Amino acid sequence: MPKQLIKGNDAIVRGAILAGCRAFYGYPITPASEIAEAAAFYMPQAGGTFLQAESEIAAVNMLYGSAAAGVRCMSASSGPGISLMQEGISYLAGAELPCVIADIMRGGPGLGNIAPEQSDYMQVVKGGGHGCYRALVLAPDSVQEMLDLTMLAFDLADEYRNPVYVLADGFIGQMMEPVEFPERATLPAPPPWAVRGNEETRKNLFTSLYLEPDDLERHVRNLQAKYDRAQREEVRFQQYRTEDADLILVGYGIVARILKSVVNLARAEGIQAGLLRPITLFPFPSEQLRSLAGTASAFTVVELSTGQLVEDVRLAVEGRKPVHLYTRVGGNVPSAEEILNVVRKGALAHV
Amino acid sequence: MSDFDVLHQKAKAFYSNYDRKSELQHQTHYCPGCGHGIVHKLIAKAIDELGVQNRTVLVSPVGCSVFAYYYFDVGNVQVAHGRAPAAATGIKRALPESIVISYQGDGDLAAIGSAEILHAANRGEPITVFFINNAIYGMTGGQMAPTTPLGEKSTTSPFGRSIWNEGYPLHISEVLSSLEAPVYIERVALGNNKMIQGAAKAIKKALDTQAKGLGFSLIEVLSPCPTIWKMQPQDAQKWVEEELTKVYPLAVFRDKTKEAQPRPAPKPAPSLETVRDLIAAGKHAQSSPPTDAPPTAFPSRGRKGADLRIKVAGFGGQGVLMLGQVLAEAGLEAGLEVSWLPSYGPEMRSGTSNCHVRIASHEIDSPLVSKPSVLMALNEPSLHKFLNAVEPGGLVLYNGTELPEGADRKDVNYIVQPFTAMADKLGDARAGNIVMLGAAGLFEPSAIDSALRRLVKTERWLELDRRALQAGRECIGVNS
Repeated sequence: MPKQLIKGNDAIVRGAILAGCRAFYGYPITPASEIAEAAAFYMPQAGGTFLQAESEIAAVNMLYGSAAAGVRCMSASSGPGISLMQEGISYLAGAELPCVIADIMRGGPGLGNIAPEQSDYMQVVKGGGHGCYRALVLAPDSVQEMLDLTMLAFDLADEYRNPVYVLADGFIGQMMEPVEFPERATLPAPPPWAVRGNEETRKNLFTSLYLEPDDLERHVRNLQAKYDRAQREEVRFQQYRTEDADLILVGYGIVARILKSVVNLARAEGIQAGLLRPITLFPFPSEQLRSLAGTASAFTVVELSTGQLVEDVRLAVEGRKPVHLYTRVGGNVPSAEEILNVVRKGALAHV
Repeated sequence: MSDFDVLHQKAKAFYSNYDRKSELQHQTHYCPGCGHGIVHKLIAKAIDELGVQNRTVLVSPVGCSVFAYYYFDVGNVQVAHGRAPAAATGIKRALPESIVISYQGDGDLAAIGSAEILHAANRGEPITVFFINNAIYGMTGGQMAPTTPLGEKSTTSPFGRSIWNEGYPLHISEVLSSLEAPVYIERVALGNNKMIQGAAKAIKKALDTQAKGLGFSLIEVLSPCPTIWKMQPQDAQKWVEEELTKVYPLAVFRDKTKEAQPRPAPKPAPSLETVRDLIAAGKHAQSSPPTDAPPTAFPSRGRKGADLRIKVAGFGGQGVLMLGQVLAEAGLEAGLEVSWLPSYGPEMRSGTSNCHVRIASHEIDSPLVSKPSVLMALNEPSLHKFLNAVEPGGLVLYNGTELPEGADRKDVNYIVQPFTAMADKLGDARAGNIVMLGAAGLFEPSAIDSALRRLVKTERWLELDRRALQAGRECIGVNS
């Protein structure tokens, strides 16, 4: 099967169906609407459900229902819609229900604009809903990864019985690149904990309500134990020319692609730059960054938000080395040359 | 004591002991005289009589009935405030054979969940909704509900509900009956034993409606809340009978159970092989016949070490994004790495539009093109906007009879032709993008032809584009 040139948003849906997703609930929003449109096309043909909900609030609660029924399900939106979903995501995490939500980030706050930003980092990675919960977050930087990581997201969601985000920016969602499809589609059997409307599962219950303080504390501790396990076992990242790097650039999504160019341009000028790209934003590759702090002399974080990712980098580096920040927002994306100028200055400062 | 029959045995659809409660597991958590206990019993009995216990999934709301799952021995899902109809939709769509009950109070359904119930009803979701209307917020301690009658005092309407401040009580059954889809909507009450018998009948009928696959049903139950109303249970029941029924008349608002058709059964799911093929084929599978033509390398810069960074820009409607896609497809056809990145949004519908295309023999780092090696400017503003960014020695294609004032870079190569006008002569000005592509000479025509065959939807356009491509090649002196 030759590679096919497809959009990032299209790749998400195709990966989802190949991973056994059979229900999609969503509400239109630029720049994520192609995901719902593709789901509307493929889902019924694959024997699944597509439903355009009356709001993101309804959509996320439809996920809650289908997840409880043991069906792999997903939704997709952008910043304003993700804000509305936060209530439901808290309930999903509290009731330990798996699902996948794609967030194709746009400019904010408020209506902002539809151009790419990465300003949902806090509400997605740190959890925008109430209560002590986390969502696992995967950050693709190519169309192939939009497909691959969406498939992985479903496995992680089931493994951890927790919502998993695919967090991408408008650029990754809108761009086209060649994609290779896996040889086989999968369709996991419904899990034993689901409510299936039959005798075997009649005893099953989903709730996030624990009236007794001791019960709720136990529940919250159990959730935290899951997140701790994710931190130990699920960290994923990519390193590019970091072995001998003096300056470590850190970025995810479209920024990481630009930073790869920057590394190459900088190296051509004799600046020993390297890139660490987190693929999982929660769990965050803190240990890897800490170990790079032992060999590199500085870090520069580049993000399309005014200092969200940088907080995690600084927490990881623990003040061992300076962590600089370069940001663009509003839909502006820095060119490789623009960042190279920043790198040059940083390099001078640390010679 | 041994020779009498127990007439009111506990329903089988109830647990024999309420293990999920932390104490007093033989009784419910409801107050004496509360309507929830009665409605629970009527539902459990109906489940028994219809023989659907194993198929039933109960959605518990937020409100006093949040713990309905303590009592019903069925599949249980407790959900967020007001969202029960959405969650019930998710369950029913996943399990069309199940019997899904959305159990909700008046705050849950008529206030915070008003959008969810309206749309579930309007979609005709084949679920059953039991709507317990006691005209007050019980669990939170007596705040005003959307169904609180005019003049009634509550903790949040201490001077009585007023049309000027809180507006009129919301009549849910009437509102939902204005929709096409619902099959069965009835308002019943727990005001006296006879009314309760009527409620029992309606509740069973609503569940039976779902069991028959007929569609959406809702039973509104006017129900007493002695604790918050600060009444004795018998007085509260009387108030339902005499007062609440005045505000909310009992009626069958909709009954299409006789004429409604059962929903068509879902189509059997296709095999995983079929699903895989569907996904791999993509949306435009039918319009892209496979090609036997061997892959061709692009000649102009040599395949080895190729690294084309192309910016295509022009007015919306000039086929800017399409031209970029043809380039990317042709690159893929030639066995190279490619990326295509559009500017997107409202600007595509008018004004200017542009896209970044990278075609390289190595892995593509950034898909953004900040210093193009090729600029394809379909209009003047695009030329001015991007000309300065073109790398020295780069190629600039411009759609016009001559370079405009100010386009004075000497270190780039220009191809200046009225591509749109040329396309117009061929039959459609919109093919100007493909004329420009022909003039660019970046690929063997066969690679572009394969790309066009994958992307162009109609024979007419394919034929026009082929002529446009040829015209482009000829205008720079290349003959096929």
